[in-house]
Amino acid sequence: MAEMLSGGDMLIRALQDEGVEYIFGYPGGAALHIYDAIFRQQKVEHILVRHEQAATHMADGFARATGRTGVVLVTSGPGATNAITGIATAYMDSIPMVIISGQVESDLIGTDAFQETDMVGVSRPVVKHSFMVKKTADIPAVIKKAFHIASTGRPGPVVVDVPKNTTDPTVFAEYVYPTSVKMRSYNPAQRGNGRQIRKAVDALLNAQRPVIYAGGGVIQANASEILRKLVRSLRCPVTNTLMALGAYPATDELCLGMLGMHGTYEANMVMHETDLILAVGARFDDRVTNNPKKFAQDAQIIHIDVDPASISKIIDVDIPIVGNAKLVLEDMSRAIDSALLELSEEVRASQVERMNKWWLQINQWRGEHGLNHALQADAAKSILPQLAIQTLYKVTNGEAYVTSDVGQHQMFAAQYYHFDEPRRWINSGGLGTMGFGLPAAMGVQMAFPEKHVACVTGEGSFMMNMQELSTCLQYGLPIKIINLNNQALGMIKQWQDMQYGGRHSQSSYSDSLPDFKTLVEAFGHVGFKVTSAQDLEPTMQRAFSPEFKNKLVFVDVWVDPNEHVYPMAIKGGSMRDMILSRSTSAEES
Amino acid sequence: MRRIIAVLLENEAGALSRVVGLFAQRNYNIESLTVAPTEDQTLSRLTITTRGDARTVEQITKQLHKLVEVVKVMDLCEGAHIERELMLVKVKACDATRQEVKRTADIFRGQIVDVTEDKYTVQLVGPSEKLDAFIKALGNMTILEVVRSGVSGVGRGDRVLSV
Ligand SMILES: Cc1ncc(C[n+]2csc(CCOP(=O)(O)OP(=O)(O)O)c2C)c(N)n1
Ligand SMILES: [Mg+2]
Repeated sequence: MAEMLSGGDMLIRALQDEGVEYIFGYPGGAALHIYDAIFRQQKVEHILVRHEQAATHMADGFARATGRTGVVLVTSGPGATNAITGIATAYMDSIPMVIISGQVESDLIGTDAFQETDMVGVSRPVVKHSFMVKKTADIPAVIKKAFHIASTGRPGPVVVDVPKNTTDPTVFAEYVYPTSVKMRSYNPAQRGNGRQIRKAVDALLNAQRPVIYAGGGVIQANASEILRKLVRSLRCPVTNTLMALGAYPATDELCLGMLGMHGTYEANMVMHETDLILAVGARFDDRVTNNPKKFAQDAQIIHIDVDPASISKIIDVDIPIVGNAKLVLEDMSRAIDSALLELSEEVRASQVERMNKWWLQINQWRGEHGLNHALQADAAKSILPQLAIQTLYKVTNGEAYVTSDVGQHQMFAAQYYHFDEPRRWINSGGLGTMGFGLPAAMGVQMAFPEKHVACVTGEGSFMMNMQELSTCLQYGLPIKIINLNNQALGMIKQWQDMQYGGRHSQSSYSDSLPDFKTLVEAFGHVGFKVTSAQDLEPTMQRAFSPEFKNKLVFVDVWVDPNEHVYPMAIKGGSMRDMILSRSTSAEES
Repeated sequence: MRRIIAVLLENEAGALSRVVGLFAQRNYNIESLTVAPTEDQTLSRLTITTRGDARTVEQITKQLHKLVEVVKVMDLCEGAHIERELMLVKVKACDATRQEVKRTADIFRGQIVDVTEDKYTVQLVGPSEKLDAFIKALGNMTILEVVRSGVSGVGRGDRVLSV
């Protein structure tokens, strides 16, 4: 006979059966039956945050670093609405997440009851799917479906809204956790079409100036390994999007770095001049393409994506391949290997010749305007934010998990920290959510207690979720926070400098900033303030040393408040149109 | 470009709001929408008429497909199809115009389904253009109410949308 459980117990048992280790959440009236069920077991650990937005970002950071689905539990009304920003963040970056929200009793729905919000309605535009539990007996199947939908195909957040009466501890139903899910209306793509793959391989082998444009989908599909193999067999240049840093190793010579609005000169030039783009799990975001009408005019485009709606959405694609990036790249790599074997020596030689020519050009671009990664500390000048990231990279041997917030510091981190592995760089790319960095780092640290986790933030972003310092103390999370303190909303200021005649409308608060060292100390952590370039490396060394192995350390780095992020795309231009420094810009078409 | 899109949708609470929400959220326009359960009570059938260029229409069908509760989507205008709409028009029909309304309804093969001393209600079925033409034909007569069902459509012959 099947076990009889209450709805609250069923919910938690279902999470256990799903293999969930952590729930990130915050209690409230409508969720209390569930919280009582949590109290009565030990298998799933609940992490108590200080604001529901942070719970979603923690689950998100956990999911990005591990590839497993993050789990959030909030109450109805304000608990649910506080979670929305984090759900939208996960949605934009296709992160697998299940959000369980308490709801008022079924009988009260629609009556404007205390703490009632139509969560299914409010979250609808920012979820992959959502469920409202109708009766206790449905709970196991709903949870199973929620995890299945969140983690397969193009992943995304799934909301499960749970009316309080369905978790009543006095009402029991049969508990059987389903072993599989069948939904006639949901069948995500797997293998790519063989004919399309052959066409793509043909195009790749015949291209004069090919480039691989790798997006977050490569990381989501765990396709980094096979991407490396394929890239190396072709000696083809690769550029990673902001979401894909680490998908292809940054220190590999075939890697051009990031492309797009603040991408490297060489990556953007290659994208403009190429005759063949192989896009993998990327979505031609406007921050990448600049003006779509002027985008890569000479290029034929192959696009691999698990979501057909991403293909030919912004830019017309010549060879679409719908499927899981890993499976498609595996098939493609096999086809390339056998095609290369069949090539005559002559053809092979001419192909090598073509690539040599292409690389000569690329290396010339690199030499002309590539980023300088050998910045020197100059005690006489204010600290360059780029130097702070370069130092972080050095001190952590390039092996840290790095989360970031949103702004200039994010772009400097993306440009100057070289990620050689996937899932190490964790940032809000699609939504650009300030306040993401710290809670995301907490989620990563929960997943990997022994690893170095750095949060690169700006004082503006940090103050959007700094209450979580308290959570960090409670769970002993030894995150290292690198605050690039430019005493302003730097990215906003940069735009105002460049597009609004330097009028700094509401982008500065330099006379009212807290003393961050004292602030973090009040939360029971360790704080350092660095104002001179020569103190930068020793302080960071110390922060990451065994001395503070179990301590959260906040390094408040006072950086040059006037620094801009370059290169920067010229609005409305093509990909080669970039401003390279305060005084130079690349050709404008 | 006007398009008629047929959708098979899980007949579940909230499913329709996802379809309608998608159109609003992505700035697609809905000219008309009809929905009712099919012979299989677990499925609803929708007919949506919309306008957009080729890329937009392609996006609409793809985005509809992405909704978890959408089972099948078909752009009826990609092949031969039949479209029908039902309209009820209440018109003033006094001495002078009474004959005129009746005659016009006959020409359009409409039926008078409700009669009072000074009013007729005409029922008309056909493609939307025919309904538009009827209203035009009523010319200077006094229309009191127009109720249109929105378009329902089906592919011709072998074009079948089913699970
Ligand atoms: C929640 C939220 N509000 C507003 C913005 C717009 N925005 C983008 S960058 C930025 C400034 C960020 O300041 P800070 O965190 O200090 O980073 P900096 O650019 O100075 O490095 C703002 C306000 C945003 N991305 N997110
Ligand atoms: Mg700042």
